Amino acid sequence: MTSYAKSLEMLFGGDIIFLTGVFLSHTLNLLKTPFHEFHVSQGAKMVGFAGWDMPLLYRGIIAEHQHTRKSASVFDVSHMGRVKFTGPDAVKFLNHLLTRNIAGAAVGQSLYSLVCNENGGVLDDVIVSRMEKYHLMVCNASNRLKLLAWFDRHRTGFDVQISDETLQTAMVALQGPKVIELLDAVLPKPVAGLKRYHCMMQRYMFIPFTVCRSGYTGEDGVEVICGNSAALMAIKFLLKSDGQGTESLVQPAGLGARDTLRLEAGMPLYGHELSETVDPISAGLNWAVAKDKDFIGSKALAGLVQHGTPQKLVGLLVDSPRTPRQDMTVLAGGKPVGRITSATASPTMGRTIAMAYVQSEFSEPGTAVEVDLRGTPLAATVTKLPFYKRAG
Amino acid sequence: MASPTDRFYTETHEWIKLQGERVLLGITRFAVDELTDVTFVELPAIGKTLTVGKAFGEIESVKATSELYAPVDGAVVEVNDAVKNDPSTINQDPYEAGWLVAVKTGPVDTSKLMSAAQYDAKFNIH
Repeated sequence: MTSYAKSLEMLFGGDIIFLTGVFLSHTLNLLKTPFHEFHVSQGAKMVGFAGWDMPLLYRGIIAEHQHTRKSASVFDVSHMGRVKFTGPDAVKFLNHLLTRNIAGAAVGQSLYSLVCNENGGVLDDVIVSRMEKYHLMVCNASNRLKLLAWFDRHRTGFDVQISDETLQTAMVALQGPKVIELLDAVLPKPVAGLKRYHCMMQRYMFIPFTVCRSGYTGEDGVEVICGNSAALMAIKFLLKSDGQGTESLVQPAGLGARDTLRLEAGMPLYGHELSETVDPISAGLNWAVAKDKDFIGSKALAGLVQHGTPQKLVGLLVDSPRTPRQDMTVLAGGKPVGRITSATASPTMGRTIAMAYVQSEFSEPGTAVEVDLRGTPLAATVTKLPFYKRAG
Repeated sequence: MASPTDRFYTETHEWIKLQGERVLLGITRFAVDELTDVTFVELPAIGKTLTVGKAFGEIESVKATSELYAPVDGAVVEVNDAVKNDPSTINQDPYEAGWLVAVKTGPVDTSKLMSAAQYDAKFNIH
C-alpha cells in the first residue's frame, strides 16, 4: 500500500515524510496547543499541520462528522492565528488591507474577509471582530507568519500596534445543533441571543473569554478564545458538563472531520479553493469584496467584477463511490475545462462530492462534466454550493 | 496492538495468510489506521494474475488514495464481496472479515516477507 504523495501533502500542509510507503508526521519542532496533553489522553491520532502537532481524529472521521451534525463537537483550533490591532489608525490600516469595509462594523461584530495582493490574489481568508478596545483577526495557521510579514511591510504611515497573540491564547470551536442549549445551561450570559457573526466577552469563575457565534462546519455553534492557562480547565469542564463520559453529548472532533464538514457546507479552505493565484470573485466571494473603498487589490478586483472571471468555483455531484483528489482534471466533451480543489465521500449525503474551478461557460448548475481519475472518467454534475444547509 | 503471528507481512503493509494451495491477502491495522475511514476498494476480478511487487488494486479513504501491491505471484480465486459492499469492514476487522482477495499460488517464498515480530519492530507497533 502506497499513498499518493500529492493529495496528502496538500491535505496536511506538506508536513508529511514518505518512508517506504508510510507517511509520518514530523514530531520534532512542532508547536503544541494547550490541549495537546488532552488530545494524547483521548487517544487522538496526531498529525503535523502547518507547523502544529494536531489531532487528525479521535474515534474516526466519519463518526466525528456525524456526531457534529446531530449533537455537539469540540474542535481545538488553537493553531489558527490570533492577531490584535490597536492604535488610532487600526481601522484605517485594516481597511487598507481587507476586502471588507470594517469601518461600519459595530462593537461585537465579526466580518469574514479576504486579504489580497495587488493582483487580487488571495493571501488569506480571515475573520475580523471589532471588540471594545481592539480589533481581533483570526487567520489560517498556514498563513500566520506570511500575513504578519505582509502587515509589517504595509504599516508605514499608520499609527497601529500589531500583536500576535496566537501562542498566548487558546481557541476552541463548539459546533453542532445542541451547542447553544448546552452552553446556556452553564455560562453566565446566554449566547442564544448572540447573532451569527457577533462576539461577546464573558467571565466564568473570574476567567475572561471571548465567545463568537461562528464556525466552519455548517452547524450552529461558537468559537471561544481564552488565555492558555484557562484552556485545559475549560475543555474538561465542557466534556464533563453532562456527566456521561464517553457517551457525552459533547465529543472531541479532529481536523479530518473539520475538513469534511466544511466541504459539505461549501466553505473554501486555503490551499485548496483559495491561493495567491486565485481571486475572491472566481471563488464566489464577491459578497466579501467592498465596492465603496480602496484597498490592496481593489483595482484588480473591480476589473474582474466588471468583466467577469474566466473560471468559477462550483460544486460537483460525482456519480461514483470513488473520491477524486485535488488537482485532478475536470473534462467536458473530452476536453479539460477545470480542476478539482477538494472532494470527499460525504457522510451526510452518502455520495461523493467535490469542489472544482471550471471555465465559466461550464459553471451553470446541471452541466454534465467528467472527472479524470488517473485515466478513469467519473461522471459528475455541476451543482450550487453549499451541498449541506442546516435546517432553521 | 501486536500484529497476528499466523501470517506474513510486506513493507507496503499487506499481509498474507497461507492456506494450503492458496493465500488470503489483506492490509494491516497499521495501514488502516493511517488511511482512516475506508470509503472504496477496487479489487481484481477472479482469474486475474498477480505479480509480486506490482499494483493489483486501489483503496480510498476519507483522506487518501493508495495502491495495493501484490506480496505473491498467483491468480485471484476469490474476492471478498463484503468489503466491496461495505468498505468500513476493513476498518473494523482488517485481519479477518476485512480480507481482500484469495490467491492461488505455487509454493510461497516467504524469505522476502516479514514475520509479525519483524513487521512490528520495523513500524514501531506494540
